[in-house]
Amino acid sequence: MSVFTIEAGLAALGLFLLLLEAFKPEISRHTLGLTAIAGTTLALVLFIFVSHDTASLPGFIQPWHQLDSLAIFYKGFALVITILVLWLTLQCAPYLTRFTVDGKLAEMFSLPLIVCAGMMWMASARDLVTVFVALELVTVSFYVLVAFARKSSFSLEAGVKYLILGALSTGVLVYGIAWIYGATGTMSFDGIAKALANPATSKTTALFGAAVLLCGLGFKVAAAPFHMWVPDVYQGAPTPVTAFLSVGSKAAGFVVLTRALDAFLVEGSIIGSEIQALLLVVGSLTVLLGSLPAMFQTSVKRLLAYSSISHAGYLLLALACRESARFDLSSGGVVAFYLATYLPMTVLGFLGLGLMRANGLGEDIKDFTGLAKRNPLLALLMTISFASLAGLPLTAGFLGKLFVFLGLADHGYWGALSCAVVAAAAGFYYYFKTILAMYTTEGTDVPALSFSVAAKSVAGALALAILILGVYPKPLQGVLTSDPPGVAVQVK
Amino acid sequence: MSVLELIIALPLLAVLAIWLGAPARAASLGATFINLILVLYTAVQYAGKTGLAFTYSRPILENPSLSFAVGADGISIILALLTALVMLAAIWQIEDRPPIFYIASLFIGGGALGAFLTTDVFFIYAFHELALIPTFLMIALHGRAEPAQRKAVAWKATIYLGAGSLVLLAGLAWLVLEFSGGSKLTFDLEALRSQAKLTPLPDAKQAQIFFVLLLGFGSLVSLFPFHSWAAPAYATAPTPVAMLHSGVLKKFGLYGLIRIALPLLPQGAHVEWVQNALLLMLLGNILVMGLVTIYASRLDDTLANSSVMHMGYIFLGIAAGTDISLKGAVILTFAHGISIALLFGLCGRMRNQLGTLEYNKLGGLASHAPAFTVLFAFGAFASIGLPGLTNFAGEVMIFLGNFTEVKAGVLSNLQWTVILALWGVVMSAVYMLRAYRSIFHGSPATGLFMIDPAFSQRVPFILLAATLLITGCCPWLLLNLMKSAL
Repeated sequence: MSVFTIEAGLAALGLFLLLLEAFKPEISRHTLGLTAIAGTTLALVLFIFVSHDTASLPGFIQPWHQLDSLAIFYKGFALVITILVLWLTLQCAPYLTRFTVDGKLAEMFSLPLIVCAGMMWMASARDLVTVFVALELVTVSFYVLVAFARKSSFSLEAGVKYLILGALSTGVLVYGIAWIYGATGTMSFDGIAKALANPATSKTTALFGAAVLLCGLGFKVAAAPFHMWVPDVYQGAPTPVTAFLSVGSKAAGFVVLTRALDAFLVEGSIIGSEIQALLLVVGSLTVLLGSLPAMFQTSVKRLLAYSSISHAGYLLLALACRESARFDLSSGGVVAFYLATYLPMTVLGFLGLGLMRANGLGEDIKDFTGLAKRNPLLALLMTISFASLAGLPLTAGFLGKLFVFLGLADHGYWGALSCAVVAAAAGFYYYFKTILAMYTTEGTDVPALSFSVAAKSVAGALALAILILGVYPKPLQGVLTSDPPGVAVQVK
Repeated sequence: MSVLELIIALPLLAVLAIWLGAPARAASLGATFINLILVLYTAVQYAGKTGLAFTYSRPILENPSLSFAVGADGISIILALLTALVMLAAIWQIEDRPPIFYIASLFIGGGALGAFLTTDVFFIYAFHELALIPTFLMIALHGRAEPAQRKAVAWKATIYLGAGSLVLLAGLAWLVLEFSGGSKLTFDLEALRSQAKLTPLPDAKQAQIFFVLLLGFGSLVSLFPFHSWAAPAYATAPTPVAMLHSGVLKKFGLYGLIRIALPLLPQGAHVEWVQNALLLMLLGNILVMGLVTIYASRLDDTLANSSVMHMGYIFLGIAAGTDISLKGAVILTFAHGISIALLFGLCGRMRNQLGTLEYNKLGGLASHAPAFTVLFAFGAFASIGLPGLTNFAGEVMIFLGNFTEVKAGVLSNLQWTVILALWGVVMSAVYMLRAYRSIFHGSPATGLFMIDPAFSQRVPFILLAATLLITGCCPWLLLNLMKSAL
């Protein structure tokens, strides 16, 4: 049993469920959903046992596959988010089926498994071809998922926008890969790093290729100025898919970015300073263009979309800080840490939205009015989620931001730091605006909301994770800094 | 495990208990009562000692070095004592209110205790933020004004204090980066202090960082001209929140300056441009706000503005930086916290019973509510600085601390400031005595009638008034906790 077997098994399970639904339509969505969740959970359990075992990897994939601490982290991350999204889909199923063509949800349970396999594969990629194939596996599956609620015009619009812009960005990405291949003569990250450290490599060609490649990836992670699709797509997509996009797709984009930038910014790189400046500018723009418009949103889902853009900005800024030698995490480690804190708070936020939607409520801030009276537990959990997204101390969100800010200050990137601080201040405004609405009591004679025990316990567990990570992040930092013996970190 | 951890945890455990269904009043009163006893115990244990005591550290991250570390010196214990006293009084005086009043009070008090008793900069900052959130929420949700108006007041306070906190965060991050040494970031205050002793920064840089910290901590304490959030916020806030924020939480800024900024940047406050700026700002607090307070026509306005004004004296103690004046600043911090909490508590009771606080509508309450009048007199006279009550001891030490060195015939800027600031005492007397006279003396106003509270409702106020009297007559009780030079 190796990690590779688990990945292949997940994809196979996805295909199996797809066929099963096609030939046995009488199987209920609960059976399908629970099978998918059980399969992914089993994969996660197996993964925990074999994650450090590199010896059992089949020989033929060794040249394309690495299993360092970052890869292990992102693989686990992909499995966890997939389980949560599948479960969230089951919770939202009653109202989601109203918008699907045949009143069924089959692909909503099989495609996430394939996405998960793609994300796990991407985490281990050692060269641009593997990256591209894995990325497409993820993106193409998302085209279907985003447009899944086809009877809703919002979902349809979101699907079309995502398809067109996604396809365009794929084209741009391939174009960039081609230029990089032209400049360096190789596709592997190790090779690119070696070539870029060599002064004989053509700087203009390499720089152009790297910049175009970053544009393509910028689309995927919603970096400014390629972020315009995010609010519409997030708003239109079914809530579980939005959560998946916001967490899973973003993490997938960032693992690729981490690998690519590790190569581009290698010691002595001929394009290092330009790429770093580019990252700082794009990161600063992204935090501002995410946070400032968010202040004026009335829909919580759009607000979360803009906030997701600004979180991408912080992550880009973290990537720009190389070798923050005064603390243990590398820039890729900070990104992974940030994403790990981002997962519970974002999923909890979308889970709350989905549960409210399932109770027939809308997604506007005014729908949150008086939530504390109608369901104190949900209000408390949503408060924890939003407070953490805002970066309130003692929650997980604060630590992630703290690492980014410390890194920027340590390197003396004062301009970017001021942008990040302004964005964080704006963040406090819009998250607390929503929290305030939840505790406002005027004119709320609406009935109480009730949720299943399962929903309560999953939401409670996520909130607990936020609080525990906020005061005891050591184990997580341990995962990200302990490279198992025998696995060389490819490029540092 | 240290007793301090128990003190920090108790209010939060009480919140959890209430949330799980325990009776709110009993749980919160029980927790705060035990807390007061525990804090008194630490004070008795610490009396006469120096340095950090009751330390305990739970490492959280190796590098950057971050740990949940508790520890207390005299200043922390005095402020913890203040918190425990005001918390008990604020919670005790709540009557017929939903559980959220108790929960918010426990959060504010618990956050303040956490900020005063931890020794890791990260947690000091974090606990303060934790305490600020319920303050804003309570003003916005249960403030004493129309919904639109109280929300505006809450947002104003949020923006000022939020921006202040961010500036503070920047200043603290700067400190941590400067003093962490080459290889490792640390947030441990003791490590930073020893590093600052070993390799002090050049004076010019100390001045820059000190100024950033002054702006950050200062806007939390309503330092002029960053004070305009304070008066409307206190006038609008529900009574326990006004008592706890003006009495305790606001003091965090002063605590930070004395405990973090001054020891790490000993020259920062004495570089000329910083000192002159600080003196100008604190004169703004004392003189400008003193005049503003004289023109107030309602009791809650008077109290809220006077609370801003009195911060000027404490800043004066910090600006002087001598041992005597700093100890005076700590004592005045304690005294002001107790006296303003007493006054806000009584003011809230009057508003509930009378429905108005305007001077020209009130009068002659003394004949019907003599005990209430006496309690109010304690607060008002303490606030003026009457000898025998704690505020006097603090103010005298601050004023005299500026005159430890007098060059023949030449007065320094500091000393001139003291001479100007003394006029503030006169202003305090004017507005406090006017408030006292127009509310309690003269002919009784028609239709406005109030009687003394029942004895059980007098207890919280008696507790605060007695504290003022005891520590006022025996200030060595507090000074004994500050044996070492600050």
